[in-house]
Amino acid sequence: MKTRIFRSAEDQTGAGTADPTHAVRMGGQVLPAAVSEASETAGDADRIEAAAESSRQADQTVVATPPTGPIKIAARDVSVFYEGKQALFEVSLDIPDKTVTALIGPSGCGKSTFLRTMNRMNDTISGAKVTGRIAMDGEDINDRSIDPVLLRARVGMVFQRPNPFPKSIYENVAYGPKIHGLVSAKSEMDGVVESALKRAGLWDEVADRLQSSAMGLSGGQQQRLVIARAIAVNPEVILMDEPCSALDPIATARIEELIDELRERFCIVIVTHSMAQAARVSQRTAFFHMGRLVETGDTEDIFQNPRERRTLDYITGRFG
Amino acid sequence: MIWIYLLILVALSVAAYLGGRALAVRRAVGAKPHSRPGQHGAYALIWVAAPALLVLVLMSLFSAPLERQLTAVDTPPEVAALDPFRRDAFFADAHRLGRGEPALQIWERPLAEQLPVEARRMVSIERTLKWGGGLAAVLAAVLGGLFAMTQIRPQIRARNRVEGWVYGALFVCSAIAVLTTIGIIASLAFDSFRFFQRVPIFDFLFGTQWSPQIAIRADQVGSTGAFGAVPLFAGTLLIMAIAMCVAAPIGLLSAIYLSEYAGRGTRAVVKPLLEILAGVPTVVYGFFAALTVGPLLRVFFNEIGLFLIGGPLDGLGHYLALVQNQMALTAGAVMGIMLIPFVSSLSDDILNAVPQTLRDGSFAMGATKSETVKRVLLPAALPGIAGALLLAMSRAIGETMIVTMAAGLAANLTFNPLDTVTTVTVQIVTLLTGDQEFNSAKTLSAFGLGLTLFMATLVLNIVAHRIVQTYREQYD
Repeated sequence: MKTRIFRSAEDQTGAGTADPTHAVRMGGQVLPAAVSEASETAGDADRIEAAAESSRQADQTVVATPPTGPIKIAARDVSVFYEGKQALFEVSLDIPDKTVTALIGPSGCGKSTFLRTMNRMNDTISGAKVTGRIAMDGEDINDRSIDPVLLRARVGMVFQRPNPFPKSIYENVAYGPKIHGLVSAKSEMDGVVESALKRAGLWDEVADRLQSSAMGLSGGQQQRLVIARAIAVNPEVILMDEPCSALDPIATARIEELIDELRERFCIVIVTHSMAQAARVSQRTAFFHMGRLVETGDTEDIFQNPRERRTLDYITGRFG
Repeated sequence: MIWIYLLILVALSVAAYLGGRALAVRRAVGAKPHSRPGQHGAYALIWVAAPALLVLVLMSLFSAPLERQLTAVDTPPEVAALDPFRRDAFFADAHRLGRGEPALQIWERPLAEQLPVEARRMVSIERTLKWGGGLAAVLAAVLGGLFAMTQIRPQIRARNRVEGWVYGALFVCSAIAVLTTIGIIASLAFDSFRFFQRVPIFDFLFGTQWSPQIAIRADQVGSTGAFGAVPLFAGTLLIMAIAMCVAAPIGLLSAIYLSEYAGRGTRAVVKPLLEILAGVPTVVYGFFAALTVGPLLRVFFNEIGLFLIGGPLDGLGHYLALVQNQMALTAGAVMGIMLIPFVSSLSDDILNAVPQTLRDGSFAMGATKSETVKRVLLPAALPGIAGALLLAMSRAIGETMIVTMAAGLAANLTFNPLDTVTTVTVQIVTLLTGDQEFNSAKTLSAFGLGLTLFMATLVLNIVAHRIVQTYREQYD
């Protein structure tokens, strides 16, 4: 990666409250101190080799840079099994708040599976089993006291293909507030719908046809409508599963701008196949391979100084 | 004998295929052939089989009239002098004798001598036709094969020509289905027209009295007959409404259970069971209605009636105490049970066609299963479900057996589900079964009813199809 196509991560230049030693020992997977020290001095090749060697031994996650700022979601040793077949292997990852975290990796590497553990969407698949601990604001979301239905109101999700309901634009946005009983009066609902559409950058395009069917919108508009639908219930986290893969470049650019704006209010986790997109929209990146989290760190770091050979190979397009 | 011809034709076809293939290989020297040898073989095979089949079909269609024509040419004067009805009987007996069966009638002197002569003549005509037809078929096959052989060259596009034949064969098959339907409509329309010449169409469609009995003698009571179809259509509607009240909610809810709630194991057991239920012959449902449900309902209402007699609802009590086995409710309820698997299976397919992404979207918003069903799936599937219900309605309208056995035959103009009613289909059955004079208004009225019913279900089906169609367009 020669060119600098990164958005600077203002949020992360703030006071580094996180303890660096904590970061390298994520989930009990101890990264040898020698490696992080070596990364300061040794050349690229040596550094990569050293890190790769260590991770090959214990399948440990390399933490290039620890996250700064408050942690919204902390995953520890999360494994997912579908019908007994393991799809995700002991993933431990800290996701900071008010930041965009990109999950990258080749197809079938488990990044979407990991995303779906964070709003317990795997519950809806029969034969799926999740182990490990995922804490949101310190609270285990897999705990029996947590109602997945309420959890999903706190953790919104945007899917690969735009999936507006075959209802009016208004009804789509009002769906969440209605089922969760967030508003009582019609006028209040109008306000909620309007502000959600405004925040999703769709208001100007649909203000005069709120009652027409959402199926008549273009793909990019539908995807922004779905984002509006998700933020209408005021979630804390928004999960996005390749939100631009079905869109053209112009619609993609609009969604990316939107993601950057939403970062100020929400914790965003985005799965993407596009390296350029990960570099453009995210401040943190996690690279998955074969169901394991290989490397994580500040996006800039991951793209410029990957410590793992597999990461380097993937982001330079040698596989995946 | 026909088997010999079929064997010959099969042998010829195989020979044509092998020959065509070999010929294509042999003639392909020098030029690169357009089609593969096997395609040339198929081309030759078609040219052998198709003309032969055409000749056989024509022969089976026209051999009977042709035979009659040939017999008529040399009819001896004694036979020709007979009146047409007796002449046909004579020929029929000659035919029978020719096959070695005894004649049905005893014929008088000159005719009795003619009978064996005629029998022999008929046998020979028949034989000539059969052999001639078979030979013609083989000849057509050979000629077709020879033509194909002259055609086989590297340049000809045997592959495309075979494709053309496939197209033609498929077209003919679908044309047969369409033409049959048109034929049915035409025959219905023709006989209905004869009926409407006797009974004005307005009286038929809007008359409120149905009693098709026409007196044999002029002095009998009720000699005129009344052909007002309104009671029949009212009865049909009543029973259909009752059936839909049973089938729509239960069928729909079971479809929702099957497609959204049931686990894979449950689904694997319940779905085939429902389909078995759909395969039970309606006459069995009729049994069930007439022998089980009817008496059960009667006893139920009679008991209520006895309980009410003497109380403030004395009148109602007297009515309920005298309710009979045969009533619209029995037929409607059992028909509803019959339609449950139909409705549930169709609705299940429609619900399954709703994209999974919509469910995911709704769950991800924090909706529960029932909220997702109520607010997303049902609205999305509604047009399709409406179409399924309309299809079920048209089946309910056409259903005959259950109503015949459970609802009675009296054409009452009523919407009381405890009364006996009759439906259009039941009347058609009773009008056309048994000994009937085929020219009376009574019998012809069946065709009038049939045509009206056909129109009604046709409209229902078209509407249902339209609805299902618009629903499909939404997701593709």
